[in-house]
Amino acid sequence: MDALLPIQDRGGPAQPLLLATGLRKHFPVAGGLLGRTTKVVRAVDDLTLSVAKGETLGVVGESGCGKSTVARLLIRLIKPDKGTMVLDGDPVDEPHGITVNELRRQVQMVFQDSYASLNPRLTIAETLAFAPRAHGLPAAEARDRVRDLLAKVGLDPATYADRYPHELSGGQRQRVNIARALALRPRLIILDEAVSALDKSVEAQVLNMLVDLKKELDLTYVFISHDLNVVQYLSDRVLVMYLGKIVELGPVEAIYGDPQHPYTKALLSARPSMDPRKRTREAPIQGDPPNPIDPPSGCRFRTRCPFAEEVCARSEPPLADTGSQAVACHMRVAGSGHSRAVAA
Amino acid sequence: MSDLLQVRDLHVTFVTPDRTVHAVNGVSFDLKRGETLGILGESGSGKSVTLRSILRLHPEHRTRWSGSIKLGGDEVLEMGSRALSDLRGQRVAMIFQEPATAFDPVFTIGQQIAETVRRHTGKSDRDAWKRARELLEMVRIPSPEQRLKAYPHEMSGGMRQRAMIALALSCNPSLLLADEPTTALDATVQIQVLLLIRELQREFDLGVIFVTHDIGVAVEVSDRIGVMYAGKLVELAPVERMVDAPQHPYSRGLLASTVHDGMRGQRLEAIPGAPPDLAEVPSGCSFAPRCKFARPDCTASVPSLREVEAAHAVRCVL
Repeated sequence: MDALLPIQDRGGPAQPLLLATGLRKHFPVAGGLLGRTTKVVRAVDDLTLSVAKGETLGVVGESGCGKSTVARLLIRLIKPDKGTMVLDGDPVDEPHGITVNELRRQVQMVFQDSYASLNPRLTIAETLAFAPRAHGLPAAEARDRVRDLLAKVGLDPATYADRYPHELSGGQRQRVNIARALALRPRLIILDEAVSALDKSVEAQVLNMLVDLKKELDLTYVFISHDLNVVQYLSDRVLVMYLGKIVELGPVEAIYGDPQHPYTKALLSARPSMDPRKRTREAPIQGDPPNPIDPPSGCRFRTRCPFAEEVCARSEPPLADTGSQAVACHMRVAGSGHSRAVAA
Repeated sequence: MSDLLQVRDLHVTFVTPDRTVHAVNGVSFDLKRGETLGILGESGSGKSVTLRSILRLHPEHRTRWSGSIKLGGDEVLEMGSRALSDLRGQRVAMIFQEPATAFDPVFTIGQQIAETVRRHTGKSDRDAWKRARELLEMVRIPSPEQRLKAYPHEMSGGMRQRAMIALALSCNPSLLLADEPTTALDATVQIQVLLLIRELQREFDLGVIFVTHDIGVAVEVSDRIGVMYAGKLVELAPVERMVDAPQHPYSRGLLASTVHDGMRGQRLEAIPGAPPDLAEVPSGCSFAPRCKFARPDCTASVPSLREVEAAHAVRCVL
């Protein structure tokens, strides 16, 4: 099959582009006398999400919440212990489905460290031509594509094509990484902290460019970041993670305008104020996020939650639909046994 | 009230056989006791170099200085090594971005704090330990007695940063230098540490210089904000003025390009281009190549820092 033409949409706009069901990834930690597995980092636990065609799904959470593991699972850089993935109707890595290689053609990724993600011994043109050439594009056409890609990300091909990564600034290198992600004309791009290392003035340039490229190339984004303001700016829907679990998921207006999970509320009000007359007076929650090795029983947020009760330790709250968004909190489940639970 | 710190026309140049970097090119400011100055800038703006110069932390043989840094009347740039080591940790303390590398991994937190207390105050072992315990309580570390015996790697990032603040304040300094101390922390932990710094600053009447690239963080802690670009302060103003009415095109651009609430769907006002290479001393305004208001006289000579209003100074010809 010709991997170099744009991919046709198959299931129509209503079919999710990517559907992941029950993804789980636990990392064993070797320890003890014989290096046997004694502990397990529960990085991602039974995570189900769908990415609609043409949307930007923002993923937020603090370090250790599993957001980067989710990114790596979605593009199969690591294999899930459990769970299935379906790309526009095709099961991934299953009989009658598509292969992992085909998934990676349609799903591409941009990482945080713009320098470490480029081969220092290849010129920018060689890096960008690598995947198209590997897929059989003749050299002359690959050259055209490189020129085209560089122009798309706002770098003059005549100036930059023959440079090496160390000759570019951080912002320029990240543009190259985005161009490389676009080289095989993917449908979904996973941006894992892709603008986090950039200076603010450069970050704004790259964000504007991401918005333009999405429109021009009809892309879908999964945008992972710890920066709540940037996620709000870019996303249509937002997924909030805490210790490997989804705690809240919904449209950006609902999550930022009416957060319902105590963790989402705390995370949002922990943002520094931009107004010196309205400085933060009190930290919304105390302490650090716990270690994802042996997370708390029941609700994983309960050790830092001001509303935690006995039921929170005993059972894990389901991700319940509240109409506008989905929330995993016993206070939002009628009859959960929590004294603040909503009425049935 | 007299000034705690006076920096005048500070220049810092790093010289290596391959290249010369003019990192700081004429920075002047004052700081009073009990005041927090936020220094805002992007990478390579010279903000950290300025901060480290106050403690002379740069390698002596590769660094050229000129200008003056006066701390309570003493010239830091002329101090000998003995005077410098008395200065460091006692009169001036510093906290860093990465507390994991700022602590020695092979000694416990308690040993490291007690050592500093003994060195600067001459206290006995016992008293130094007692002081270390008090300090951990002061920065609100739970179960301080146990934490004194912990090694840095046994603590979470937030706890390590608190321990570093305890270490910094162990000898009652009058000036605290903070180099992006919350950048590596999670959002919910960052705000706790910012509030702690603000509280301790008030309690001990500290002068604080807080270097950051995050405008929100600078707004939370500062009384005044200085914006640095290419080794120069381009604007210095009280925090309200800086947020409400920034004057320098770079400060304005920086504020406008920072994403915050309510900007969804709008195009961001990005500043075109990238900061200059500091291998040469710029002959005019360093920001002119990226400035949409640039005129011929911008590149003719370096604009001086002039006062546009009380306590509000801008380095721009406009």
